[in-house]
Amino acid sequence: MTSVQSHLSASFAAHLADAQVAVEIETPEMTLNIGPQHPSTHGVFRLIAKVDGERVTEVEPVLGYMHRGYEKLCEVRTYAQVTALVNRLDWLSGYCNEIPFILSAEKLMGIEAPPRVQYIRTILSELARQATFLVFLGSFGIELGALTPFFHTMRDREKVLDLLESVTGGRFHPNFNRVGGILDDLPPGFVEECAAVMDDVDKMCDQVDALLFGNDIFRERTLGVGVIPLDKGLEYGVSGANIRASGCAADVRRDEPYLVYDEVDFDVVTDTRGDAFARAYCRLQETRESTRIVRQCLKALPSGPIMAKVPKVIQVPPGEVYVRAENPLGEMGYYLVSRGGRIPYRVKVRTASFNNVSVLPWLLEGVFMPDLIAILGSLYFILGDVDR
Amino acid sequence: MAAAEPKTVEKTTTRGGPKKPSQIKGLFEGLWVTLRALTSRSQVVQYPHVKEEPHQRARGVIGLLEENCTVCMLCARECPDWCIYIEGHKERREPRREGGKPRTVQVLDRFDIDFALCMYCGICVEVCPFDALHWSPEYEYSELEIRDLIHDKDRLGYWDTTKPPAPRLGYYKAAK
Amino acid sequence: MNWWAFVLRLLVIAALIPAAAYVLGYTFLKVLAHMQYRLGPMEAGRFHGVGQLLADGLKFLQKEDLVPDKADRPVFLFAPAVVLVGVVLVFMTIPFGPPPLNIVNLDSQLFVMLAASSLGTIGVLMAGWSSANKYSMMGGFRAAGQLLAYELPLILAAVGVVMQAGTLNLDGIVEAQSQFHLFGTAIPIPYVIPQIIGFVVFVIASQAELSQAPFDMPFAESELVAGFTTEYSGFRYLFFFLAEFASNFAFAAIGATLFLGGYWVPLVPEKALWIVGPIALAVKIGVLVFIFFWMRSTYPRLREDQLQRFAWKWLIPIALVNIGLTGVLKVVA
Ligand code: SF4
Ligand code: SF4
Repeated sequence: MTSVQSHLSASFAAHLADAQVAVEIETPEMTLNIGPQHPSTHGVFRLIAKVDGERVTEVEPVLGYMHRGYEKLCEVRTYAQVTALVNRLDWLSGYCNEIPFILSAEKLMGIEAPPRVQYIRTILSELARQATFLVFLGSFGIELGALTPFFHTMRDREKVLDLLESVTGGRFHPNFNRVGGILDDLPPGFVEECAAVMDDVDKMCDQVDALLFGNDIFRERTLGVGVIPLDKGLEYGVSGANIRASGCAADVRRDEPYLVYDEVDFDVVTDTRGDAFARAYCRLQETRESTRIVRQCLKALPSGPIMAKVPKVIQVPPGEVYVRAENPLGEMGYYLVSRGGRIPYRVKVRTASFNNVSVLPWLLEGVFMPDLIAILGSLYFILGDVDR
Repeated sequence: MAAAEPKTVEKTTTRGGPKKPSQIKGLFEGLWVTLRALTSRSQVVQYPHVKEEPHQRARGVIGLLEENCTVCMLCARECPDWCIYIEGHKERREPRREGGKPRTVQVLDRFDIDFALCMYCGICVEVCPFDALHWSPEYEYSELEIRDLIHDKDRLGYWDTTKPPAPRLGYYKAAK
Repeated sequence: MNWWAFVLRLLVIAALIPAAAYVLGYTFLKVLAHMQYRLGPMEAGRFHGVGQLLADGLKFLQKEDLVPDKADRPVFLFAPAVVLVGVVLVFMTIPFGPPPLNIVNLDSQLFVMLAASSLGTIGVLMAGWSSANKYSMMGGFRAAGQLLAYELPLILAAVGVVMQAGTLNLDGIVEAQSQFHLFGTAIPIPYVIPQIIGFVVFVIASQAELSQAPFDMPFAESELVAGFTTEYSGFRYLFFFLAEFASNFAFAAIGATLFLGGYWVPLVPEKALWIVGPIALAVKIGVLVFIFFWMRSTYPRLREDQLQRFAWKWLIPIALVNIGLTGVLKVVA
């Protein structure tokens, strides 16, 4: 009897030792591949996420699906051909990509473009910036599930792109800058048309403001989500509206004015919250600032030649130079090494998106799946700009 | 105009503030915007029925004016992705004047542009020293097969007839 | 009721579901498009693209019916049918007109109706689970959690109406509305006025039950690709599509019956209701559907936890307060 009892109690004890009293139901982590073909990654971008239910515990971004080797290609292309290539880095603001490259070549050659060129370049860069931000405002809405703002912004982006096309001939890839100048003058009637479109863009900004930023659901989704503290942001080299939203008033247009940014009056929009809402709202405000800049430029547009005196064959003297500019996505810089001759020796591109994306593993730790999408959207990177 | 010090100031975004209690008003503002859109005119162009006029400068397709081309190959060499294929041969021609020397001319045998490769950069048009290449804003030439996107010189010659007229001299001054 | 009349009505329902889904789907495309400065479908079917959905449907039928390798095959194949059956059951309980025009007439008709409307959840969960796709599974779970959470405010909102009408029978509720005079108004008014809180709760909750923006997390194309429908193709996907818009119709019909007076129209004689009734119901459904689509095309989506919080912290207490108020008023009046 006792032996049976002791046997039983022993087996109970063994069972008890085996049994895990689950205070909280433990769920195994699941590895979720977000991308390379996923609707909200804007191209082929892959995130290997470990998720526990809806919570993301670890994220590893995988880059390089779109690597096209542009830096290497630039080493075997003439300066005129390189501008056609760099258009394709950040494809939404192709025009802005040309600017720092052309400026660096001009700097090495010691040429300065005539004032009219500078103004036209500023106007077109700002138009490209607006076009990019309008895509952002729309697609950010889509990422959060609101379909309508996308079409509202696309409508006015179309007008902006029309302006760009009427000047440069290309909507996305203008290839309009030449060393020392630009290809062509503004078409007749551009000034009036542009001013009218700027009014439309401003109106559209108000609409998006009402549709998204005033909407409680949108605010719930973005306020306090994906906060990048200033020090972290600086550590990772985050730039553009992303860092301005964290409270750092870094804007190359003001800090190191290029083109005619020192002659126009505009505000550097900053925010202190550093969350998705702040990033998006900074971009909305910058669109408004951008229309302001364009209006001023249109008013002050000087007359004059559109090409400096440059040799027929562009040959850049040996030297090294780094020129940076404030692109819509952040700071873009070209480190140009020339050993003389018609082709650059080395072109290193510092693209904003690459640095902006590098903060992701840190930023996405422990967020919810839907927040992950909101954060990805609010960081706003272009895959061509990440992978080059 | 030339102000020395930057005039820009920093501005903190005003809207939203730190987490504010919900204001239902925003929800209705959004509804109002969409309702206004619903009642206003649509902004789309019904493409195959209505066509947007492309801009004069639009880089739609490249046209070739064959009689201007001297087979100098400059365009083929400068093209960043080498998508222009040119073949030509030399021909002796009668002298222009009585008693003159016989001339050699370059005759174009083949001039193909592969529009599947072309990145519409416009470098070829720009470098052609004899104005044989032009942009035309035509854009409707999609094909079912990628090899049909190689346009030969006849097709390019047709595109050349669609190019917009050259702007008048003094065009821009008059417009200003 | 003899059996052939019942079968006849069933056949009518079977025809009505695709028809309702068609009309609503088309309306949705158009409303969404015009709110976005677009025109929507314009080509198929001559007049303003009325044939678009027919073309889409035919396209779906042509597509291969793919079943993922690792899927739980029978469950996967069966899930769309379950979703659709739920919708059929709801349709059966809708009173389309005065008594002979409804399919069933039960004492607890509203109860059956609301119970049937939540049947689709099982199908959704089945679809999400059996697809062997992580996105589908997350979509399925989200749908289940959300449908459970919003079933409650939906029912609680309906309870207010039931209390006021004093019956669970839908015909009874319509009749009660035809005799309700608030503060002695000349013409009877529908319950949307006294039950305005319940109405708002009902609209919000049914928007969530229908998984439409701002509550469309189960689909959430920017997060979960297409949620629990990710792996479906061909006519099974068509089933989900049908079910989506048919249940839109069904919920609008419930709302119209409970709050807008159903098939009843003021100042119309009893006899004329036979013809006017269904039309009036259709118009009322149209109004509700427009509100659904309007919200859907305006708002971004909430996060899963915000959605739950909203249901439990706001909607349910509000609905309970509404019930309390209704009780008090009922006693006072
Ligand atoms: S446009 Fe550019 S890519 Fe196209 S053929 Fe001319 S040079 Fe080549
Ligand atoms: S550059 Fe002009 S002239 Fe020379 S081959 Fe090309 S098209 Fe002919």
